[in-house]
Amino acid sequence: MGNELLTIRGLRIEGRSAQGWSEIVKGVDLDLNRGEILGLIGESGAGKSTLGLAAMGYVKPGCRIAGGSIRFDGQELVGAPAPALRALRGRRIAYVAQSAAAAFNPAWRLIDQHCEGPVQHGVKSRREAEAEAVQLYREIRLPDPERIGLRYPHQVSGGQLQRAMTAMAMACRPDLIIFDEPTTALDVTTQIEVLAAIRAIVRDHHTAAIYITHDLAVVAQMADRVKVLLRGTEVEEAPTREMLSAPREAYTRSLWAVREFRREPVAPAGPQALLLEVQGLTVAYGPLKVLDRVSLTIPKGRTVAVVGESGSGKSTTARAIMGLVPPAGGKVLFDGKPLPPRGRDRGRDLQRRIQMIHQMADTALNPRHRIRDILGRPLEFFRGLKGVAREARLRELLSEIELEPDQFLDRLPSELSGGQKQRICIARALAAEPDFIICDEVTSALDQLVAEGILRLLDRLQRERGLTYMFITHDLATVRAIADEVVVMQGGHVVDSGPTSRIFRPPHDPYTELLLSSVPEMDADWLTRRLAERAARHEKRAS
Amino acid sequence: MPWLTHLRSAPPSALIGLALVLAYALVALFAPWLAPYPEADAAGAQYAPWAAPHYLGTDMLGRDVLSRMIWGARNTVGIALVTTVLAFLLGTTAGLMAATVGGLADTLASRLADVLMAVPSLIFALLILTITGTSVVALVLVIAVLDSTRVFRLSRAVAQGILTMDYIEVARMRGEGLFWLIRREVLPNAAAPLIAEFGLRFCFVFLFISALSFLGLGLQPPTADWGSMVRESAKLIAFANFSTWQTATFGLAPLLPAGAIALLTVAVNLVVDWVLRLSSGLKE
Repeated sequence: MGNELLTIRGLRIEGRSAQGWSEIVKGVDLDLNRGEILGLIGESGAGKSTLGLAAMGYVKPGCRIAGGSIRFDGQELVGAPAPALRALRGRRIAYVAQSAAAAFNPAWRLIDQHCEGPVQHGVKSRREAEAEAVQLYREIRLPDPERIGLRYPHQVSGGQLQRAMTAMAMACRPDLIIFDEPTTALDVTTQIEVLAAIRAIVRDHHTAAIYITHDLAVVAQMADRVKVLLRGTEVEEAPTREMLSAPREAYTRSLWAVREFRREPVAPAGPQALLLEVQGLTVAYGPLKVLDRVSLTIPKGRTVAVVGESGSGKSTTARAIMGLVPPAGGKVLFDGKPLPPRGRDRGRDLQRRIQMIHQMADTALNPRHRIRDILGRPLEFFRGLKGVAREARLRELLSEIELEPDQFLDRLPSELSGGQKQRICIARALAAEPDFIICDEVTSALDQLVAEGILRLLDRLQRERGLTYMFITHDLATVRAIADEVVVMQGGHVVDSGPTSRIFRPPHDPYTELLLSSVPEMDADWLTRRLAERAARHEKRAS
Repeated sequence: MPWLTHLRSAPPSALIGLALVLAYALVALFAPWLAPYPEADAAGAQYAPWAAPHYLGTDMLGRDVLSRMIWGARNTVGIALVTTVLAFLLGTTAGLMAATVGGLADTLASRLADVLMAVPSLIFALLILTITGTSVVALVLVIAVLDSTRVFRLSRAVAQGILTMDYIEVARMRGEGLFWLIRREVLPNAAAPLIAEFGLRFCFVFLFISALSFLGLGLQPPTADWGSMVRESAKLIAFANFSTWQTATFGLAPLLPAGAIALLTVAVNLVVDWVLRLSSGLKE
C-alpha cells in the first residue's frame, strides 16, 4: 500500500442518446501507482478519453457516472463535492488535450495561461510561477525558454504548443497527468521530439501518467503498462514489453497485425505507359510559392504515394491536378494530352476520368443528402443513368464497397461510421468510372483496423478495374503497404522519388532518412535508441 | 406523413405556438365572417365600455373594436407575411448567389447591402414612403428591400461556411452548375439558420409596419391595423378612470392591439424554435 495513486473499480459511465442512456464505459477497473505511466489504447469509441477524464472525477456534459468508484490518493471522487474536485484538478491531477491549438486561449500569452493554475490554487505567487514556467520550458526543451512564454499561442508551432501545454500541466507539480492523444495531430518528425520531451519530464518529476492513444507504436515508447479497451470494456492489461511480445487476446493481436498488411506486388509488365505527368508545376499565393517546379510521373495501373509533412505541398499538388487551384507555371499531361488548368474548361469526360477522395469523409459528404442521392448524382451526371438502370448500378456500387444496399441506400451520412463514410466516398468516385483516383490522406482520420479495411478495398478495386492511384499520405506504414512508387515532398519541392523498395532501402536522401527514422516502431526501445543515434550523430558533426 | 409524426413528438411549447399561429391565421382568413361589424363603419356610440353588443367597446368614432381587431389581423399579419416572404426571396437568392459566385459580383452586392443598411431603416422607409405615397404595394416593397439586406448578409455568411466544405469541392470537381450548387448543395444546409431568421424577421417586419402605422405612414385609415389602433387609443390611458372595472376598460383599449402583436411574436418564435431544432437535427 501507500504506493497506489489511483484506483478505479467497476466504473460505469453512461451517455445520453436518442434512445435514453447507453453505457460508454462498462465496468472498468484501473490501478495506477505513483510515478507509473499507464497506456490506454483502443479504437475510437472504446471509451479511452471518457475513462481518462473520469480519472479527474470529470465527465463530459451529457454523460454521467452510473456506478463504481474512483479513488485518488485515498479520496473518493465519485460524488465528491465540486469544491473538493476543483481543489484537485489542475493542482494534483492535470490534463493535456489532443489539440493544443484548440485548448489554449488565443487571447492570452502562454505564460499567463501557465501561471493561472498555480496562482489560482494558491500554490505559488505569480513571480514564483513565472520563474518556474521558464524552468519548465527549458526542461521540455522549448527554444528560447526565457521569452517564449511571452508569445501568443498562434505565434508558436504545433509541436511547441503541445510541449508548452505539457509544461503547463506540470505547473503545480501534479501527482497525475492525463495525456489525451497529445501527438496525434502532429507530423512524425515533430512527434518524436514531443514524445521525447514528455517522457523525460514525466520521468524526471516522477509523475504518474495515463497516456491515451490509438497508436500502438507510440504507447510502446511511453507506457510501463498498457491497457487495451474495446467498446467500454477492458480486453487485457499487461506490462508493455510483455504485451508487445505476447498479446493474449485475439483482439489485441488483430490490432498488432494491422501494420502487417502488404499488397501483393504487381510486376511491371515491360515499360509502363504514363497516365499522368506533372511537369514543373508551380503554384503561388502571392509571392509565396507553395509548389516550386514539382515534377512527377504516374504510370498506368500503378499506385504512386506522395509523402511529406503538413505544408509540404502534397495536397496542393492534388488540387492543382484536379484543376481547383490555377498553377502559376508548368503543366499537367493526362494520357499524353495537356490538361486545361481550370477544371471547368476540361469538359465532362475529362472530369469524369479523374476523381478525388478527400481525407475527411465527414465534410466530403453533404449531410443533407441520402446515400442514394450522393451516389446517384454522378451516375446521372456522368453516365446519364436514370430510373431502373440507376437503381441497379447503385446496388452494384454498394456491393462493391462491401455495404448492404438495402440497409444503406436511404441513410444519411450521419447514420454511418467513419469507415463506412469513407467507403461511400470511394463509391462516389467509382460511380464516375474513372481511370485515375487521387486519394488524399483517405485513411488518416480512421482507426487502424478500419483503415486497413479501406486499403484492402482500394487494392482490390485497383486489381479488378486497373485503376491508377495517386496516394497522398504522411503515414509511411501505409506507403509501404500499398505503393509501387514514392514521391517525397518537402516545402513545395520533390526531394526524392523512386520505386518503393528503393526509397525504403538505404542509402536515403537526408530528408527521407529523417522522415523514415521518425516513424515509431513497435518496439519499446525504439525511442531511446533513436534519440541516442541522433545525439551521437549530432556530436560527431560538432566535433 | 412525416410531418404528422413530427407533430406528435413536438414539445408543448411548440404546440402552444402552433395553436396560436393557427388561430391567428384562421381569424385573418375568415375575418369577413367572424367580425360582427364592418371594418370602418361607426356601429355605435363613441367610447362604449366592454359590454354586449360591443364586447371590446368602441373607439373614438364609434367603430366596434372587436371587429377592427379581427380585420386588423388580416391586414397587419397578411402584409407582414407577404413582405417577409418577399424579403427572403430577395435576400436569400442574392446572398447565396453572391457567396457561390464570389469575386466582383459578391463585392458589388455586399457593398450595395452595406449602403442600404447604413441608413437607419425607419428614416429610410419614411423618406421613400413620403416620396412614393403610402400605398400598400409601396409599403411592402420598401420594407422587403430594406429587410432583405439583413437576410442577404446572413445567407451569405452561412453559405460561405458551407462553401468551404469538401462536398462542395466534390460537386465543383464534377462540374456542377451554379443552380445545382446553390439549390442542392448549399440551400439544404443553410435552411436551419434561415428558418430561424424567418421567424425573427417576420416579427420585426410586423413590428416595423405597426411602427410605421403608429407614425401615420403605414396602412392608411380607415383600414384597420393593430399599429394604428395602438396609436389612436394610446392617449386614452391617461384619461381612463381605473376605479371601476367598467371605466377601466376604456384605458385598456391600447393594450388589446399591442397584446395581439406581442402574442403573435411569441407564438411565431415558439414554432420557429421547434422547426429549427427539427431541421438542424439537434438532439437536446
